[in-house]
Amino acid sequence: MLLYVKQSRPTHDDAEMKPPPFRYHDPKTVDEAIGLLGSLENAKLLAGGQSLMPMLNMRFVLPDHVIDLNRVDGLPYIREQGGWLEIGAMTRQRDLEFSDAVRARWPIMHEALLQVGHRQTRNRGTIGGSLCHLDPAAELVSLAIGHDAIVTVAGPNGKRELPFLDFPAGYMMPSLEPNELLVAIRFPQWAPGHGYAFVEFARRHGDFAITSAAALLEGDPSGKITRASVTIGGMGTTPSRARELEQAIVGQMPTAQLLRDACESCRKLEAIDDIHAPASYRQHLAAVLSRRALEKAYARLTGHELAAGRPH
Amino acid sequence: MGETRKIALSVNGKRYEAEVEVRWTLADFVRHTLGLTGTHLGCEHGVCGACTILFDGRSARSCLMLAVQADGHDLLTVEGIAPSPDKLHPLQQAFHENHGLQCGFCTPGILTTLIEFLHDNPDPTEQEVRVALSGNLCRCTGYQNIVIATLDAAKRLRAGADWRMAAETK
Repeated sequence: MLLYVKQSRPTHDDAEMKPPPFRYHDPKTVDEAIGLLGSLENAKLLAGGQSLMPMLNMRFVLPDHVIDLNRVDGLPYIREQGGWLEIGAMTRQRDLEFSDAVRARWPIMHEALLQVGHRQTRNRGTIGGSLCHLDPAAELVSLAIGHDAIVTVAGPNGKRELPFLDFPAGYMMPSLEPNELLVAIRFPQWAPGHGYAFVEFARRHGDFAITSAAALLEGDPSGKITRASVTIGGMGTTPSRARELEQAIVGQMPTAQLLRDACESCRKLEAIDDIHAPASYRQHLAAVLSRRALEKAYARLTGHELAAGRPH
Repeated sequence: MGETRKIALSVNGKRYEAEVEVRWTLADFVRHTLGLTGTHLGCEHGVCGACTILFDGRSARSCLMLAVQADGHDLLTVEGIAPSPDKLHPLQQAFHENHGLQCGFCTPGILTTLIEFLHDNPDPTEQEVRVALSGNLCRCTGYQNIVIATLDAAKRLRAGADWRMAAETK
């Protein structure tokens, strides 16, 4: 059965139009998208739409052009090669959540994704969209920082790679030229059996975190920590590594007390005040959540809980 | 009227062609142009889940998509769930019998969300059901009977209830 629907019923007038007017483009190739970016003024890229669409509906952004990446060939993929996980920018969060490779070898990503929005938003939301939106509380941004991931950016003169640590140029501002496009990101693998944990504090399940902590640990057979990565999200303008904490625990045989003391350094990280929480509360959460993440990661690394120090 | 495009899509097993303004959300298109007003709009910025539909079988917020993006795709809305006009789907029957709704505003988004969820996970725990429902706001029920209804529906599904929807029985 084929039904033809007449356009513009009288009820559908400008008064109830949510997004502002724009010209719509749906390129089929990366080159075509870059060409559009280079030739159009005030253009916005539309990936999964889980951040841009709300901003359009509320008219927080008023683009003259929307370039929809959903029909671009070759941007959604998950590829594992030589100890790296390469993810195409338009890969849906859902496809990462359900990936066997992610679950087996990048388990922290699986744990973090379950805290990214809800099933309905993960079905549409993409990794590239999340990384370029660059919300300081976004779980995937924290993971990219915690892994020293590498992004691939395409522009008119070809592709370039840069460490994700250099990707944020400021608050929610990726270091991309106006005619450049994020096409992929690579995550290195941590040793088989590594410890990991992603913990966050949010008002409701699926909300952006007020503060989050991502921990990765490697150790030797005696239980001594040989490598550590701890990333705190939701504090400053971008998630940041807790370097002082990392240095304090590498080479150590941790006890509950040692972790508790080491995590205190997270209180010194820069934090913002906003409607959700004052800076001092975020700094408190950073110390608490980094400890919880490390305790969980260490238990996963060694297969047993730490001997209790003082009660929590 | 701004820029328009002609799109062709399938909704609840029926083929439609329409000319849409490129800035229309999919939710507004479904409600106003197709007249399928079972898909509800609450917050219109992706928080409440009332506008959830299935897009190629996957639950999605139709307020966070453009109608033009649906060109060539398959949609399922709440109208497509019951197998016939006089018969409820087992999921709907479970909601009916367990008092899984009060005002019913959030119900279309919850049912479409659960169609996908129970397809992926036909034997969920209560906690898994609560997480699956976390993207759908209900301000009447306190969720208790929604959870009970969902677990009951899962039981019916495992017991072999005829789970086919309108789109599949055509």
